[in-house]
Amino acid sequence: MILTDYFIYKLILTGSVFGITLFVAAYSTYAERKVAAFLQDRLGPDRAGPFGILQPLADGLKMIMKEEIIPVVSNKLLFVMGPSIAMLTALMAGVVIPWGNTLILDGVEYSLQIADLNIGVLYVFAVVSIGVYGIMIGGWASNNKFSLLGAIRASAQMISYEVAMGLAIIALVVTTGTLSLREISAMQSGGVGGDWNFWNVVHQPLGFLIFLVCAFAECNRTPFDLPECETELVGGYHTEYSSMKLGFYLFAEYINMFVSSAVISTLYFGGYNFPFMNDLGLDHNVITILGTLAFFAKIVFFIFFYMWIRWTIPRFRYDQLMNLGWKILIPLAIFNIFVTALVSLFWK
Amino acid sequence: MQLTNRSKTVVNKEMTFWERMYLPAVISGVTITIKHLFRKKATIRYPETKREIAAVWRGQHVLKRDDKGAERCTACGLCAVACPAEAITMVAAERKKGEENLYREEKYAATYEINMLRCIFCGLCEEACPKEAIFLTDRIVSTDYGRNGFVYGKDKLVEKVDERIDVTKRQTESVLAFKQQKKLSHNK
Repeated sequence: MILTDYFIYKLILTGSVFGITLFVAAYSTYAERKVAAFLQDRLGPDRAGPFGILQPLADGLKMIMKEEIIPVVSNKLLFVMGPSIAMLTALMAGVVIPWGNTLILDGVEYSLQIADLNIGVLYVFAVVSIGVYGIMIGGWASNNKFSLLGAIRASAQMISYEVAMGLAIIALVVTTGTLSLREISAMQSGGVGGDWNFWNVVHQPLGFLIFLVCAFAECNRTPFDLPECETELVGGYHTEYSSMKLGFYLFAEYINMFVSSAVISTLYFGGYNFPFMNDLGLDHNVITILGTLAFFAKIVFFIFFYMWIRWTIPRFRYDQLMNLGWKILIPLAIFNIFVTALVSLFWK
Repeated sequence: MQLTNRSKTVVNKEMTFWERMYLPAVISGVTITIKHLFRKKATIRYPETKREIAAVWRGQHVLKRDDKGAERCTACGLCAVACPAEAITMVAAERKKGEENLYREEKYAATYEINMLRCIFCGLCEEACPKEAIFLTDRIVSTDYGRNGFVYGKDKLVEKVDERIDVTKRQTESVLAFKQQKKLSHNK
């Protein structure tokens, strides 16, 4: 592959991943309202376009047109930096996710992954951890006690749940032996069908459960949405934000949801693999495209799952949150590592 | 005293291990919510579909004209007296020569205002009216941005000559019989 070709290929891939991420995040806001409505026997937004399909555009336009208020007492630089960091880090995590297998065009193999880091899992963790800075800086710079409380809660919650999340991943890494997301995906190839091979969720059910709960906490989603707990903290860390800065915070949350759904699908649900993929006898490229579609179907399911849970379970109390994180999930995760290690030591 | 058989005694007992696991409760919760996803929706898409209303629904008022198109209201003020919400105000005026086709009797309402924010749509004005001039109809009072817009004057209340508003449903036989009772003071 010559260099210009390489750049064009990476540019197209990056652009489409960026675009798809924003598109999915925008429509997640619409889906959230629709799912909420349907779970409550309502109809949800249905005025903007057929079935309200243009609602995200209307919402975005509204956000941009709103008056921009920066509090006089706030730290202006940090106040602007907060939502920028939140948005930036949310978008960065999509880089290492393998959106599909390879496409072969004119004998050249194009991988549907922007960068195949050999420490992909750690990269996702690092970027997601930086995401909490967006919330912390925004909450602190607002110079408002509710914002500050929200930010403190966010950072405490994220740090606590990252521990359990990391421990859950360690057990997974013990079974897979790699940190590269592409290799983890490739290992789960096949599944049901001729080549019998299970997705990681079968090998790591407990790990998956811990990871899922922690992912909810990391995305600040109900039942762990204490950082923006309206009943106690007005709006939490984004109390003072208005206009598109608020939009960025809310949008970053949806991007995080999308990325974490993608990570869960990759790590535990076979990524771009789908059952019977090697028994259909189709062309490699067709399988890749079908695989990408399957991957997005999984992501959409997990995004729906996030919303489904949100409109089912009420918010935890702060001490319950900490209890769950430190006293239940971490011991469980350590137990999981222990069992996994024993099994992988004596089984093989 | 037992009002219903649904009351539960509240016990602050320790949760069992099964209950402390949360997950069974979470699963039963999500099954309940997913069932609602497929339920029939309660929403009525308002301007396109409208909720069914009763035949004697009391909505926005109308000031009727008689068959020749003259206003029936004589500004007697009985409706304003009857109104428990004090929503009705009016100013009476004397009919001039040549206005016989506009007003049925010698006295008429120069202004007639109903404050729709005060009105409780009880229908007592309609009951009090001896001239069968005011009726409540099946129309719904529309929304507005300010309070002033809810004070409906004669321009909105009096029916247009060419588009009469049907109030036959409001004049059920019992209502008509009531209006004919000579014992009642306002019918004398």
